[in-house]
Amino acid sequence: MSDIHASAIVSDTHASGPLQFHLTHEHHPENGTLLGFWMYLMSDCLIFACLFAVYGVLGRSYAGGPSGADVFELPLVALNTSMLLLSSITYGFGILEMQRNRLRPMLVWLGITGLFGLAFLSLEMYEFLHLIHEGNGPQRSAFLSSFFTLVGTHGLHVTFGIVWLITLMVQTGKLGLTTENKRRLMCLSMFWHFLDVVWIGVFTFVYLMGVLK
Amino acid sequence: MSTHTDLIPQEGHPDNHGHNHHDTGAGHSTLKGYMTGFILSVILTAIPFWIVMSGGLHTSGMTALVVLAFAAVQIVVHMIYFLHMNSKSEGGWTLLALIFTIVLVVITLSGSIWVMYHLNHNMMPSMMEQQMKNMP
Repeated sequence: MSDIHASAIVSDTHASGPLQFHLTHEHHPENGTLLGFWMYLMSDCLIFACLFAVYGVLGRSYAGGPSGADVFELPLVALNTSMLLLSSITYGFGILEMQRNRLRPMLVWLGITGLFGLAFLSLEMYEFLHLIHEGNGPQRSAFLSSFFTLVGTHGLHVTFGIVWLITLMVQTGKLGLTTENKRRLMCLSMFWHFLDVVWIGVFTFVYLMGVLK
Repeated sequence: MSTHTDLIPQEGHPDNHGHNHHDTGAGHSTLKGYMTGFILSVILTAIPFWIVMSGGLHTSGMTALVVLAFAAVQIVVHMIYFLHMNSKSEGGWTLLALIFTIVLVVITLSGSIWVMYHLNHNMMPSMMEQQMKNMP
C-alpha cells in the first residue's frame, strides 16, 4: 500500500508524469500450487480411507467363496511391491537431476520410472485376470468386491500417474526445464510417492493380513 | 531437515536462490535422503513379508499387530524421505493438513470397523432365533 501512496505523491509533486493509483510493477503472489496439490492428495487419502474401511468391514465376508489365504499369491505381491518401490527411488533420481538442471538424465530416469510403473500395472492386471478366470471375480463375494474396488482404484491412480508422466516427459522434452515444468514435476513426484504410501497400506492390510488365519 | 540445504550442489541454483525456492518448492532433495529412505523402505517391506511367508508368529493376532507396526513406520519413512514432509514446508500448512487427514482416516477406519463388527456380532443367527422365540 505504501508503494501506491509513494508513487502517487511523487508524481504529484513533480507534476510531470500522470497520476498512478495502481502498482506499476507486477505483484508476485507466493505460489500455492504445491500446497494446493497437497490438499488434493489429502482428499484422495480420504477416498482411500473409505475404501480401506469398506474392505475392513467386508474383508471376511466370503459368501462360501475363497478367502484371502486361498487366492493371494504373496511372491507375486512381493514382486509388485518391489516394482513400485523401485519406481519411487528412480523418480527421486529424476528429481535430483532436475535440481541440477540436467534434462537428458532426468528424462532417462523418468522413463525408467514409467517402465517400473508399467511392470507394476501388468502384474496387477495379470493377478486380476487370473482371479476372474478362476471364477473369483468381483461379483463372487463381498470380500472380492471390496478387494477389487480398493486395489483397482489404486491401480487406476497408477495408470493416470503414468499418463501424466508421459505427458510431462513430452512437455519437458519440448520446452526444457522451465519453472512451470519443474513445478509440475514436483507435483507428480508428490503424487507418485503418495501412491507408494497407499500401496504400503494395501499390501499390509489386504495381502499380508488377508493371508493370516 | 535444515542440514539438507548445506548439501545441495551449488550449480543447480542460480544466484536468486530465495526466489527459485518459491517456484519449485517442496524442500530440496538429496541423494543421501532418497537412498536412506529407499534402504529403510526395503528393510521395512522385507521383514513383514518374511514374517508372514515363513508362517507368522505364535498367534495371527500378534502377527497382524507386528505387520501393522512395520507399515506405520514405513509410512512415516516415506513421508519424511520421499514426500519431504517437515514442519516448515509451506509455513507448516502441509503438516497441519496431514494431521487433520490422519485424524479423519483414523476415525473413518476404526469407527467403521468397530461399529460394523458389533453390528455383525449382534445380528448372529442364534441371537435372531432367541429374539424370535421371545416375540409374542
